[in-house]
Amino acid sequence: MTRRQLWQRITQHLDLPLLAGMLMLMMVSLLTLYSASEHNFERVLAQGVNILVAFFCLWVVANLPLHYLMRTAVPIYVFGMALLIGVALFGEISHGARRWLNIGVATIQPSELMKIGVPLMMAWYFEKHEAALTYKNYAIAAVLLLLPVGLIARQPDLGTALLISASGFYVLFLAGLSWRIIGGMAVAGIASAPVLWSLMHDYQRHRIEMLFDPSQDALGKGYHTIQGMIAVGSGGIFGKGYLNGTQTHLDFLPERTTDFIFAVYSEEFGLIGNLILLGMYFFVIGRGFIITANASTYFTRLMAGSITLTFATYAFVNMGMVSGILPIVGVPLPMVSYGGTSMLTLLLGFGMLMSIQTHKKLVKS
Amino acid sequence: MSKRVELKNHQQEIFNFRLRLFISIGFALLLLCTLLARFVYLQAVRHDYYQTLAEKNRISVVPIVPNRGLILDRNGVVLAHNFSGYTLEVTPSKVKNLQATIDDLATLVEIAPRDRKRFKKLLAESHDFETLMIRSRLSEKEVASFAAQQYRFPGVEIKARLFREYPYSDKTAHLLGYIGRINQTDVDRLEDNESSANYRGTDYIGKTGLEQYYENELHGTTGIEQVEVDSAGRAVRIISRSPPVSGNTLVLSIDAKLQEIAEQAFGAYRGALVAIDPSNGEILAFVSRPGYDPSLFVDGIDAESWKELNDSPDHPLNNRALRGQYPSGSTIKPFMALAGLFYNIRSPEQTISDPGYYTLSGSSHHYRDWKQGGHGSVDLFKSIVISCDTYYYGLAVEMGIDNIFEFLSRFGFGKKTGIDLEGETSGLLPSQEWKMKRFKQKWYAGDTVSVGIGQGYSLVTPLQLASATATLANGGIGFKPHLVREIKNSRTNELHKLENNPLIDMKLDPAHLDLVKRAMQAVTQPGGTAAQASAGAPYTIGGKTGTAQVVGIKQGEKYDASKIDERHRDHAWFISFAPVDKPRIAVVVLAENGGHGGGTAAPIARKVMDYYLLGKVPKPTEAAIPATTPAASDAPDIEAD
Repeated sequence: MTRRQLWQRITQHLDLPLLAGMLMLMMVSLLTLYSASEHNFERVLAQGVNILVAFFCLWVVANLPLHYLMRTAVPIYVFGMALLIGVALFGEISHGARRWLNIGVATIQPSELMKIGVPLMMAWYFEKHEAALTYKNYAIAAVLLLLPVGLIARQPDLGTALLISASGFYVLFLAGLSWRIIGGMAVAGIASAPVLWSLMHDYQRHRIEMLFDPSQDALGKGYHTIQGMIAVGSGGIFGKGYLNGTQTHLDFLPERTTDFIFAVYSEEFGLIGNLILLGMYFFVIGRGFIITANASTYFTRLMAGSITLTFATYAFVNMGMVSGILPIVGVPLPMVSYGGTSMLTLLLGFGMLMSIQTHKKLVKS
Repeated sequence: MSKRVELKNHQQEIFNFRLRLFISIGFALLLLCTLLARFVYLQAVRHDYYQTLAEKNRISVVPIVPNRGLILDRNGVVLAHNFSGYTLEVTPSKVKNLQATIDDLATLVEIAPRDRKRFKKLLAESHDFETLMIRSRLSEKEVASFAAQQYRFPGVEIKARLFREYPYSDKTAHLLGYIGRINQTDVDRLEDNESSANYRGTDYIGKTGLEQYYENELHGTTGIEQVEVDSAGRAVRIISRSPPVSGNTLVLSIDAKLQEIAEQAFGAYRGALVAIDPSNGEILAFVSRPGYDPSLFVDGIDAESWKELNDSPDHPLNNRALRGQYPSGSTIKPFMALAGLFYNIRSPEQTISDPGYYTLSGSSHHYRDWKQGGHGSVDLFKSIVISCDTYYYGLAVEMGIDNIFEFLSRFGFGKKTGIDLEGETSGLLPSQEWKMKRFKQKWYAGDTVSVGIGQGYSLVTPLQLASATATLANGGIGFKPHLVREIKNSRTNELHKLENNPLIDMKLDPAHLDLVKRAMQAVTQPGGTAAQASAGAPYTIGGKTGTAQVVGIKQGEKYDASKIDERHRDHAWFISFAPVDKPRIAVVVLAENGGHGGGTAAPIARKVMDYYLLGKVPKPTEAAIPATTPAASDAPDIEAD
């Protein structure tokens, strides 16, 4: 009985369908990583450790009752903003951008924290003013979003800035931002494209140009796009077979274990494999939407919806970039790419989803 | 009633949210379907096309690294070139037991502990799949004995590579800098410049000096070779080739022989020398002593050598000519004299009476002259010849810091000269504004007093002082000092002369200039502070000695070189140009802890001038000045400052 109780205590705040979907994706991650790293078992093990650490954090967050979760919104946001300002003032320059902050023991990338901090803050704000939402509230929420996004875009890290904008926009959208404003924003966005273009850094422009004609820089940036598309396309319906991708193993693919891991998978498992992978993502995203639909409070509905939509966006952006329909931005394939930070951020979000799902039940019963 | 409205609102709200949620689901589905469509297109519809491309990808694009450009002196003497040699290289990811393999290799080719350490460092800094050098410059015999055993060593190979060599080694180290292995910082920078494609296959990049500043010129354009590879990735056949374009050749204004003579003239002294052609700003010699062996850095320096260089009390890695900041001492006086004339504070004839000290009105503090008892009646000419401190204390105070700042900054003090080297320091020309910012204090008249003789807050670099001296020598028309004269295009062999327009015209009165120049000439004649070092020169020299205090001397105490620890002795300065009427060279020398300018710094400048103007090479016996004897004791000249 005690063992059973203990087990139940450990798992009572985990959402099993969501967990199952995540585990499937992680299996894909480890399997593909082994091939992408040229049978480097250490790399696979390191990813295993990343997963375990992230899972522990997920478990902690999942066990936090919702009011605790809400209470963390303001401190996380304020802390994240302080770090972002710190980065702007004292950040370390790497890759020509100021993204990292050296805090003595380690260097951290505050924009990563804001991937959770921004939607959390906005959802908290809407919850506070739920009773009577006016245009003013939406405007303030938009400012809460644009402040960190502006700082991140200035670093410059346009990819992350856009993704955080997306997650914040999802909150605004779910909170009922009027269609007229959304339409206006879309028109303004299209109209301001030339202005944005002129404000962009050379390398950012270059990446977009590359999308339309990768061959003009076949040794440089265009190389990534071309080789990614060849890997996916040559995989065919059934793929070249596990560990048999020529693109992968003859060294043609760049960043095989991180941003381009999907190319490795797609080359070796083909269209069938891609269908299965999309199925897994569909399953996880679907579960996220179910949790959103069942969420009991305004805050949790906004939060769960934003996390789910953001996850879908990440998956879309990465696979779209590898298969050549989006420009190359440094976005990993969620839960599959090698890397501890992105795994941690994702699983923290999923921990919140699980908390939203499981604590509501307790409240009801 | 109101309760019902709220309830209705709540329901309305739930309805709205559900609607938005459905739209969200639709959006997510749309994203997934877009991907699905794309995959079907790539993998089913266009599969054959990409299959062919993947097959063709058996055709690998191999970069061909261009030869790095040469660096020549003004007479075509080679200062940096490439030679081909063999290296032994290891790809860690293809080697099972790295340690055992290296031990095994050591039985075939010599692998010194230094090589092992360096390899370990490389290993830590790079990815597994990169190929790392373990030994460079293999002998023919070593190449042969490894080639016979190569089958035993998968993942180890011999490669022919070009090495960078600096024939003048430490004598040009501070000038040329060196190239080193490309590290992560370099990679990041290259990516930002969009030039990483051009660096595919390149392992080395300029790290300091001219190698760094002119990296774009020196590197060249990477060629491309299309090679057919077999399924294991080995090259089978060359299909097409676009040849690389070698880097351009830099032709310097430096005279290698002059540089060598200047280096040797320092003997055991630490210090710096900059020689400039005043008529165009071309740098003829650029010395920072001691130097270091740049080849240590080319293959990647091992920790011990690095520690030795870095911890040496002589600081050989410090480029003193470019980055060393010292008080100018009395060498500022000719410039101050020009300022005094410019602002009409002093006329050429006006004399002051020097009791041996200066006091500010309303203060009893004595600002001492270097000569106890003073120089008596002193005019501007005499003030430079005998280096009268009292004259310049008063002049500075009457002129005021604002005027001093304006005039001296036009001469380039307190600013970078803009030389074609990275990392230049700007020295310090103090001003009211600067002091307020730095110390949150207002400027006092007492601060101005010491600025008058180049002490106090002011700091200069040897390069700055040389540039200002050249401007003075050239009649107030100054050029940006530069090291590269021409760039020779490797493809067309065309010489491209770098643009060289005057940077500033001080618009000085020729009569004022003439007076100061004649006074500087008198400095090098009997009765002047640099008479001995200039004795017997068949050409005229204009000069000014100076000393920069390393440790302060208390009020009422006297400086005695023999009692002071060698590293606390004053630094010796000498600024000079020759011939006086039509200057062809300006030389500035700083000898650290050299004591008096006339005794240690001036003889070094003299050797440089003798070679440049007369072609006279110093005899080996007189090439070096022994640094052990304090200069003051063997200098019978009148020693100022």
